Amino acid sequence: MTAISLRNLDIFYGATKVVHDLTLDIAEGESVALVGESGSGKSTVLKAITGLATNWTGAIAVEGVPRSHRIDRRCARQCQLVFQDPYASLHPRKTVDDALSEPLAIHGIPDDGRRVETTMAAVGLDARLRFRFPHQLSGGQRQRVAIARALMPEPRILLLDEPTSALDVSVQAEILNLLKRLRREQGLTYLMVTHNLPVVSFLCDRLAVMQKGRIVEIAEVARFKTGALASPYARELYAAGASRGC
Amino acid sequence: MATVLHWLLDETPTSRLQARLGRHARVALALTRNPLAVIGLIIVALLLVSALAAPLIATQDPVAQDLARRLLPPSAAHWMGTDELGRDIWSRTVFGSRITLTIVLLVAIIAAPLGLVVGAVAGYFGGWCDRILMGVTDIFLSMPKLILALAFVAALGPGIQNAIIAIAIATWPSYARIARAETLTVRHSEFISAIRLQGASATRVILRHILPLCASSMIIRVTLDMAGIILTAAGLGFIGLGAQPPLPEWGAMISRGRNFILDQWWVSTMPGLAIVTVGLGFCFLGDGLRDVLDPKQAGKP
Repeated sequence: MTAISLRNLDIFYGATKVVHDLTLDIAEGESVALVGESGSGKSTVLKAITGLATNWTGAIAVEGVPRSHRIDRRCARQCQLVFQDPYASLHPRKTVDDALSEPLAIHGIPDDGRRVETTMAAVGLDARLRFRFPHQLSGGQRQRVAIARALMPEPRILLLDEPTSALDVSVQAEILNLLKRLRREQGLTYLMVTHNLPVVSFLCDRLAVMQKGRIVEIAEVARFKTGALASPYARELYAAGASRGC
Repeated sequence: MATVLHWLLDETPTSRLQARLGRHARVALALTRNPLAVIGLIIVALLLVSALAAPLIATQDPVAQDLARRLLPPSAAHWMGTDELGRDIWSRTVFGSRITLTIVLLVAIIAAPLGLVVGAVAGYFGGWCDRILMGVTDIFLSMPKLILALAFVAALGPGIQNAIIAIAIATWPSYARIARAETLTVRHSEFISAIRLQGASATRVILRHILPLCASSMIIRVTLDMAGIILTAAGLGFIGLGAQPPLPEWGAMISRGRNFILDQWWVSTMPGLAIVTVGLGFCFLGDGLRDVLDPKQAGKP
């Protein structure tokens, strides 16, 4: 079954068309990367899937059910987004406990406080951090909180918007390992936006290369690793990544 | 005591209750380190005590007249002298604190939440909703507070309840402006998007995620405005549109002393001193709270 299906998707910001005729299917349990330079419309695709970007035409289906243009609660339980910058995505006046209990309250899931504990353990957060505020946490800990918050309603799909690019290099590896382990343990589907090519080969099965709002190539990661890409733009991107030493 | 404090300030609280109490304890501790805030706190506490225990603190009945002892200067028997009907000014000032406190609290309870909700709703939804709500706010803002309050009291009739309603109506628009400005700064931030993506309703986002961010600047603003509210109430009392005789309202007391101000200065001066002291107290407290609660300070230890 397809987890996410995008059909002839056009996305607009005002009168400007940012994404052109995008078609992409992501199977359940698969991990797909959207790569491309800044401004190629990668993050916008995630925003449309979650409901943050409302001005689009075409069709988006999550777990086989077409979604409306707005944010809806049923879709929110199946599909959650992890933001790029953990310094901006956590409410400054809410403790870790508040941030993680809120999704339970929204979806009316009974809360005896134990679910917060188990999720914190699952993302590798020390139980002693439970009543800390975001400003008392490090960047890596914050991103773990953000991932834990996304996992609270037990979604089947995680959308990841450059989940490591705002973090220190040493912390990036920890978060990537965490994401890899979570996917294995909970059988999650990932759709990840990144411009970091090593992350793609580490975490993903397939990649879709985007340029100026269009998908120019969809390839298996195995093919990507050998550099055997079909489109010239994708080869250029690969060469740029290789020459930077990544 | 030391163990309680240690428990409160524990860096790694083990329960929701401990975390919440610890947060309050930290604010209280920071407040006591600020000398002006402490002075303000003491003045406001004195106002509270004198309002609650007025019958115990007052030496005489505040409305008992004794025409044989009218306009006496301050003495051991009458600490602040007596007014033109022979009433003890000290007792009247003490009982007057009840009226002042009632006005201040009720205005704050009516105006602050109203302003917060109007501002946050306008800022959050934007568009025509914003335009209508802020248009109404601007109409109220464009008129001077005292004049607006005067007009409402004139329409509703003099009296203390109407004075409270009138002052509240004149005060809320400035809170709405602040709340809207604060809401606009966080409206598109990622942590609000994140909570919307969880499926939270607009009511939930506004009440639980946006209003807490406006609350601290609102508390500061309301405390600083208290002095203005007291003055407006006293002003209405002075013109005779606030509390009606024989209620010992401070503004009305000053107004009655006006006729004797050259020969019997104490009649007007004593309630005037009370207004100045309480006004200053709220200003000091507000300044102290601003230092402690300012969002820009929040991240720092």
